[in-house]
Amino acid sequence: MKSEKITRYVLFAVSFIILLIFAGMVFSLAGGAIPVFKEYGLKFIFSSDWNPTQGREFYGALPFIAGTLLTSFVALLICLPLSFSTSLFIAEYYHKTRVAKFLGTMVDLLAGVPSIVYGLWGFYALRPVIISLGLSDQGFGVFTSAVILAIMIIPYATSLSNEIITMVPNELKEAAYSLGATRFEVIFSVIFPNARSGIVASYILALGRALGETMAVTMLIGNANIIPKGLFSTGNTMASLIANQFGEADGLKLSALIAIGLLLFLITGIVNAIGKYIIRKMS
Amino acid sequence: MIENNIDIQNPVLSIRNLSIAYDEKKFAVKDVNAEIEHNAITAIMGPSGCGKSTLLRAINRMHELYPSIITKGDILLNGDSIYQMQTIQVRRKIGMVFQRPNPFPTMSIYDNVIAGYKLNGIKLNKNQRDEIVEKSLIDVTLWDEVKDSLFKKGTFLSGGQQQRLCIARTLAFNPDVILLDEPTSALDPIATAKVEELLVDLKKKYTIVLVTHNMSQAARISDYSMFMYLGELIEYGKTNSMFTNPKNPKTEEYLTGKFG
Amino acid sequence: MSVRSEILYVDNTRQRKIRNSIFKIAVILLSVITISPIILIISKLIIEGIGQINFDFFTQLAPDTFQAMSAKINGEKIPGGIVNGITGTLFIVILASVMAIPIGIITGIYLYENKNKWYANFIRNITDILQGVPSIVLGIIGYLWIVKNITYGFSALAGSAALAIMMLPLIIRSTEETMKMVPESIKEAGAALGVPYHRIILKVMIPSSFSGLMTGILLAVSRIIGETAPLLLTTLGSPVINFEIDKPTSAVPLLIWNFYNDPNMIDLIWSSSLFLMGFVLILNLISKRIIAHKEKN
Repeated sequence: MKSEKITRYVLFAVSFIILLIFAGMVFSLAGGAIPVFKEYGLKFIFSSDWNPTQGREFYGALPFIAGTLLTSFVALLICLPLSFSTSLFIAEYYHKTRVAKFLGTMVDLLAGVPSIVYGLWGFYALRPVIISLGLSDQGFGVFTSAVILAIMIIPYATSLSNEIITMVPNELKEAAYSLGATRFEVIFSVIFPNARSGIVASYILALGRALGETMAVTMLIGNANIIPKGLFSTGNTMASLIANQFGEADGLKLSALIAIGLLLFLITGIVNAIGKYIIRKMS
Repeated sequence: MIENNIDIQNPVLSIRNLSIAYDEKKFAVKDVNAEIEHNAITAIMGPSGCGKSTLLRAINRMHELYPSIITKGDILLNGDSIYQMQTIQVRRKIGMVFQRPNPFPTMSIYDNVIAGYKLNGIKLNKNQRDEIVEKSLIDVTLWDEVKDSLFKKGTFLSGGQQQRLCIARTLAFNPDVILLDEPTSALDPIATAKVEELLVDLKKKYTIVLVTHNMSQAARISDYSMFMYLGELIEYGKTNSMFTNPKNPKTEEYLTGKFG
Repeated sequence: MSVRSEILYVDNTRQRKIRNSIFKIAVILLSVITISPIILIISKLIIEGIGQINFDFFTQLAPDTFQAMSAKINGEKIPGGIVNGITGTLFIVILASVMAIPIGIITGIYLYENKNKWYANFIRNITDILQGVPSIVLGIIGYLWIVKNITYGFSALAGSAALAIMMLPLIIRSTEETMKMVPESIKEAGAALGVPYHRIILKVMIPSSFSGLMTGILLAVSRIIGETAPLLLTTLGSPVINFEIDKPTSAVPLLIWNFYNDPNMIDLIWSSSLFLMGFVLILNLISKRIIAHKEKN
């Protein structure tokens, strides 16, 4: 039938747009990044100097790579006990009860809060707390950003962990209870080992989220173009740097920012791919 | 109306006026009284939904995993009320084997056998561990089949082997009573025969309570039989006399296949 | 006697029960900590933001700092509203939807129709990767493709293109999932009657999965409506209402970004955030309703 062929061809052609978009993204990012790599080579990645002053112009991405990784990993560390407990609350201790549903809805709501609103709340509500605790003078820095990031990625880590914890067969839990195990022992000897790879995957995917977050971090990290000296030091992340400096950039600086975008694209891509791979291997 | 034509010599378990409800109105077990004989196999039969599994689970308090369960009455283990003991200890003394084989898939065969000790945080030295594993696997006639792959995951075993591994896991704890909830319903006839043979052998050392929907299995291996219907214990007696001469017309109907 | 009965059973029940209880308490406590931010955030937004939400808020342009400052000095409310932001957000989101919805739905149908072909799997993987791309990177793409090459300047089109790429994976995935729910028999009934393939898609598959498609679209919109980072590099912002696709355009999140650390403007910023949050919540609620309604039938 001729019309059927045409329809199938149209479907195929439209799906091909996705491929074009993706290929175009890689092509444009790589193309935009070429000048800076031509100029500095790999020094661009490994140098910690970022100096846009004319004449002494030099662009090194290391402070931002370090800032991104540091804030994201600290965020993951903060998120871990919170999200693990919430998953156990929803999927094990109070599974299918009203209070678990309420908790689940609240966690879902966290995913709906726009990044900029997290930033605003962090700026006006969290920062004063950090200052009054004496953790830093202005309240800006890696730790403040990481706390906000942790809150932002909790729903991503939790929803997948919930599913995986519920998937642990009841028969195994019963077997452990019948041997006299307490709930604590069932959680750590049965649930956790059986759900381990899925739980790990959910945290990897949450990490992928944290790496690319922009606005909230931009408003809280202090935007200092240095490698953070510690947990309470200011710094900058790849995404924040782009957000802050893209507007007035041209020439080599623009290329450097695009190159940082390319690096961010690659890092989040790899992290997400690892997470997805683990999940696919599980099922 | 309960017809007990039975004279238990050495009761290990005494079930006293036991009633269990999932909610106020729906009683799954109604006022059951029974004594369970030492070193014998007692089968609990009845149509599905008659409360036989709930009764079995109540014996090691597994039914309490449902949060809203209501339990009335008492069960005595060697004279002590299990509801006065810690659940942890009840379950150590009264082991349970389930419908579908459920070895822990993340543990090796070896670790599965001593899983009870591991879960309960009981420290054993290597000799003790080895001996328990070997002894328990010999007891379930699995030793020769798995002795070369003790440290592999138990998931490659056949269904029948997995179920025997689960029985070994229970035996490793040296319980007084072993409860089995339709242990052969997921197995093929050959594996079933092996498990039945094993249970007859094990009753020399253990008291066994078996829930089954398979009447001929009850007839083949049990010494005493209970027939339950709608939560009530209708008839309880020596297996051969109950199968040849049931006292209650309901029992007769069930045994002759009129319902079930 | 066997070793099994010789082993001394150390009674560790008490410690284990205590450990069990302590762990449970810790789980409950940490869970409460987990949900406290959302409660704190929403209450803060309401307390700080409700005061500025009035008729002007929806009808007037955003004031400049000076107007806001003089109002503050006189103890008045900040004049003006965020109508340029609201119209801009709606404009950009509608543009993005116009681009993303057809492509997304058609690709979703394609993936559903070609479940196991390698090419479909390949597209599925690319969709997964696209979903993980940080929004700021999409901003760069919008800039490189549209700002530099099509509109030759910051524009609503550039921002909506970036947001459309964000929406695509969400719509593709939800379309594929809802198509799986359409009973095979309905499609076969259509095919048996000799109905052409494109009409089966348009008249059978899409209508019978309409609520699922709507849910996916609403969730995608709720995901992009608060996005700021890509707009920063593409639409820039504007003090006036703009409905031309090749001109800079304001958006509610852009207004928040521009004025968040301006002490004169902060009241209006809280209100804008409350508005944005409310908008996202309503979209989520509607889509949840649709799902719940569908599960009932």
